[in-house]
Amino acid sequence: MNKTQVAIHAYNARKHALEGIYNAQSGHPGGSLSICDILSVLYFEVMNIDPKDPKNPERDRFVLSKGHCAPALYGILSERGYFPTEDCAALRRTDSYIQGHPDMKGVPGVDMSTGSLGQGISAACGMALAAKKTDKDYRVYAILGDGELEEGQVWEAAMFAAHYKLDNLTAFIDNNGLQIDGNIDTVMSPNPIDEKFRAFGWNVIAIDAHDYDAVQNAVNAAKTVKGKPTMVLARSVKGKGVSFMENNPAWHGAAPKKEQYELAISELDAKIAELKAGGTK
Amino acid sequence: MADKKATRESYGEALAVFGEKYDFLVMDADLSKSTKTDTFKKKYPERFINTGIAEGNMMATAAGIATTGRTVFASSFAMFAAGRAFEQVRNSIAYPNLNVKIGATHAGISVGEDGASHQCLEDIGVMRTIPNMTIISPADHAETMGAVEAAIKHDGPVYLRFGRLGVPQIFDESDYRFELGKGVMLAEGNDAAIIANALMITPALEARELLKNEGINARVINIHTIKPIDKEIIACAARETGAIVTAEEHNVLCGLGSAVAETVCETCIAPVMRVGTQDVFGRSGKPAELMELYGLTAANIAQNVRTAIAVKKSR
Repeated sequence: MNKTQVAIHAYNARKHALEGIYNAQSGHPGGSLSICDILSVLYFEVMNIDPKDPKNPERDRFVLSKGHCAPALYGILSERGYFPTEDCAALRRTDSYIQGHPDMKGVPGVDMSTGSLGQGISAACGMALAAKKTDKDYRVYAILGDGELEEGQVWEAAMFAAHYKLDNLTAFIDNNGLQIDGNIDTVMSPNPIDEKFRAFGWNVIAIDAHDYDAVQNAVNAAKTVKGKPTMVLARSVKGKGVSFMENNPAWHGAAPKKEQYELAISELDAKIAELKAGGTK
Repeated sequence: MADKKATRESYGEALAVFGEKYDFLVMDADLSKSTKTDTFKKKYPERFINTGIAEGNMMATAAGIATTGRTVFASSFAMFAAGRAFEQVRNSIAYPNLNVKIGATHAGISVGEDGASHQCLEDIGVMRTIPNMTIISPADHAETMGAVEAAIKHDGPVYLRFGRLGVPQIFDESDYRFELGKGVMLAEGNDAAIIANALMITPALEARELLKNEGINARVINIHTIKPIDKEIIACAARETGAIVTAEEHNVLCGLGSAVAETVCETCIAPVMRVGTQDVFGRSGKPAELMELYGLTAANIAQNVRTAIAVKKSR
């Protein structure tokens, strides 16, 4: 698949995410939009998965440790064919299986139920260790928020992953710099993130979260590292792809109103049209 | 009867024994010598995972392993397993209904000298309110062996509660058959029913003897599975005796006594007196002295039976 296709899936996922959040008038658009490019590369280029066999024990795993960005995960899973893309529109609805946070029991393709910050990375460690204990060669991917790093459990898991040499684990930090109450530096700085993870015994790679080649290269580099887990510090733009949501913490957990939603969709449609016309920025 | 033995010792043995027959992993958070998971570790070092002093991470990591289809026992003291890691147990283990079996040792006041910070008297209460959770509190070695195997066979999370203190053997391992969710009638009687579990079984049986001298014939029931609870045996006891006394090494709020009272209220109204710690923190001391101090004794159970019968007669 070429880079343009990966980008189109990422932008379609953004549309599905916003449609669900708009319909529900509830959800987390900012952080959902910032992780769509990483998710698209993982689900379309990297992971050994089969939407027709979502429970295959040999498959690669993905854990969305920042579970509140489930709309982006649902968007990508539906683009990948785990369930109809239209179902994303039923996010958070009482009669829908598309839960507000990832639910592995109800949503095809979701490998771990998450939502309470700090726990998903531990579960990803468990999956990676289980592979080592059973001589399986699947790999485990996770995305954490940068604000999530304020949870102490993340560091328990970081210690664990290095101690057990989980080189089959690659965790991305969605480093958009914002959390609900504002800038991560003013709320409770987790910086310097790269130095902290290096000190915890991880291989650290810094990239631009919206550069598809960089995501792919980081994953490839992680595969060659032996005896260490890899953390990809992915500098991202919260709200990426919708001009008025970008870098604005107000869009962490707020749903767009009708006009805002229509404007957002028109911007995303324009981007998709541009991609289809051959431009890859 | 065999010598006294703590259920945590039996737990370690059970893991080592069933490790041959069943494929599971065992995790511990730096307490393997106390929780006795080291008995398993010595036999199956490659199937043992130490997480260090990080109970929250242990529970969520156990959940991750369980998603791959492998059963995991995750052990710590009850205080940290049910208390500190409550939310990991709820969200990462119970919500996705994963096969993580929580081996919680050092439950209750009988922890003794370590005092209030380590005497978990709330664990049944918090675990009981989590959907999908099964809770077992075995009384002796034979029951622990049965409980551990039942937990392995059960599909879903299980909270197993064990004690630090040596307890007398109630059951004969050669013929005791553990049935998940089924109460065990230990002694017949129709004047009152004493419903107990774990280390309160022995004082419950002793209370029955004390009461016999007064012409009171008390039934004694062992409820090893607190959730799902055996409603039938409890309703039957309420109907046939009309006077219930519960005895547990736990806060009387939200534990066995509460579970029994809820069942009695739904089925057949009878007075329910609850022996247990009375919503207080414990203190340091010798286990036997603390049991006496907090009324976890045969004499106090007997006194509560007399009260329950008086209430029944006054109605």
